[in-house]
Amino acid sequence: MNLRLPAPWFVVLPLLLLALWHFAVDLHWVAQGIIPSPEQVLRSWFTWIFGSSKAMLSPYSGTWLDNVTYSTRRVLQGFGLAALVAIPLGLMIGWSRLAARLIDPTVQLLRPVPITAWLPFAIAVFGIYDASALFLIGLGAFYPIVVNTTHGVRDTNLLLLRAARMLGAGMITILAKVVFPSALPSIFTGLRLGIGVAWTAVIVAEMIAVKSGLGYVLWDAYYVGRMDICVATMFSVGLLGFLSDRIIVWAGRLVLHWRTLEAHE
Amino acid sequence: MIEIDDVSREFVKGERRVLALENIDLEVAEREFVAILGPSGCGKSTLLNMVAGFDRPTRGTVRVAGEEIITPSPSRAVVFQEPALFPWLSVMDNVVFGPKAQRQPAPDYRPRAAQIIEQVGLRGFEGSYPAELSGGMRQRVGIARVLIMQPRVLLMDEPFGSLDAQTRMLMQELLLEVWERHHQTVLFITHDIEEALLLSDRVCVMTARPGRIKKSIDVGITRPRAIEVTTSPEFNALRREVLALIREESEQAAREPVGV
Repeated sequence: MNLRLPAPWFVVLPLLLLALWHFAVDLHWVAQGIIPSPEQVLRSWFTWIFGSSKAMLSPYSGTWLDNVTYSTRRVLQGFGLAALVAIPLGLMIGWSRLAARLIDPTVQLLRPVPITAWLPFAIAVFGIYDASALFLIGLGAFYPIVVNTTHGVRDTNLLLLRAARMLGAGMITILAKVVFPSALPSIFTGLRLGIGVAWTAVIVAEMIAVKSGLGYVLWDAYYVGRMDICVATMFSVGLLGFLSDRIIVWAGRLVLHWRTLEAHE
Repeated sequence: MIEIDDVSREFVKGERRVLALENIDLEVAEREFVAILGPSGCGKSTLLNMVAGFDRPTRGTVRVAGEEIITPSPSRAVVFQEPALFPWLSVMDNVVFGPKAQRQPAPDYRPRAAQIIEQVGLRGFEGSYPAELSGGMRQRVGIARVLIMQPRVLLMDEPFGSLDAQTRMLMQELLLEVWERHHQTVLFITHDIEEALLLSDRVCVMTARPGRIKKSIDVGITRPRAIEVTTSPEFNALRREVLALIREESEQAAREPVGV
């Protein structure tokens, strides 16, 4: 079952889907004028990226990079903020029973509230500004990171803790040199889940709480009937999400190089 | 050096109470090498954990150098059965973990580390990670990282138990060599009769649960020893004596209901 297919095979399914999409539009299997053809999406996407922003007064010419930059910056800021708070907090909750009793129940109670449900609250408190978006992105990314960090800390091998103690390590050293590296694989899992949520949150936030970025374009294009731009935006977000996930995986491999050695045992 | 005074240890698991150790009295003199020999589940590791400071007795006291033991300390270094190395650190970084954790200056411990790595036969592997080493080599790292702490007491919890016979023999020789050099006080836990007799000055045979010390046997074999002494008549006589004691124990254990 672990047959390794030669690399080009992974494009078969996407090409099939693309063909299905093309013919569905071309042969009028779907209602005309609602769903754009792949060719049209590609043309619009191209103009959106490379078109001149001055020649035409269209918001969908040459503005792609700007919007991508807006969204990416928000994701990075919100995600960074979340990681900065969630990792130390997760270390505390996982390590100290007192911290677990004080903080964990609150985290677990707030966690089921979907970030979409926080939208009105965020707008009321932070207004139609970046702060609203950052709050939603940060909150969304926070939960998976804190939960996975906690889990990783609790999974630390007791024998390693004993070894560190008998070698004379104090609590701070144990936390920094034993518990943290031992929780790192889990932390990276949390970061991967977190960045996924961050991209979801940025689209939702930009649709409603701010007036720029891919989420804003998506909603605006829908209102003016530019489904081709909507689809191009979906592809853009998908690509950015995929890319950021790959970057985290790559960073994880770099930091956790000792684990790849273990896998070959 | 080590004084174990009327120590009992009871574990409570829900409704059940399990008496792991009962009225253990044991004294280990300075520079003495004592092996604790017993069947699995007799509480010998529990005893070692209490000397290490990982666990505390339900009754009685454990003292080392006159001080009651409350927490682990590098002066009572432990070599575990599973080497318990830090998998994210290289051999060198594992070895210097202790000195670094104690904020000793690097010029102090670096030369010592190189020397000890040489002694345990790990030269050339300083940059390797635990996952790249064989079981025997990992245990060498486990020994090196405690030797660098210059412990007064060395606690070894079946350190060679999970190694193959060939490697185990090499490691026993290595330990004899190291011990001739440093003469620490050693408490060595094992279930291997030959290993106990080869390494130690005195073998304490333990009873099955609850663990008590059944008999303490002096091993009068002259030092320095090599693996060849295991074939001498003197060694065989001792082996026969210990074997009889152990057999009594296992027969008794077999007659008793399991898990009580």
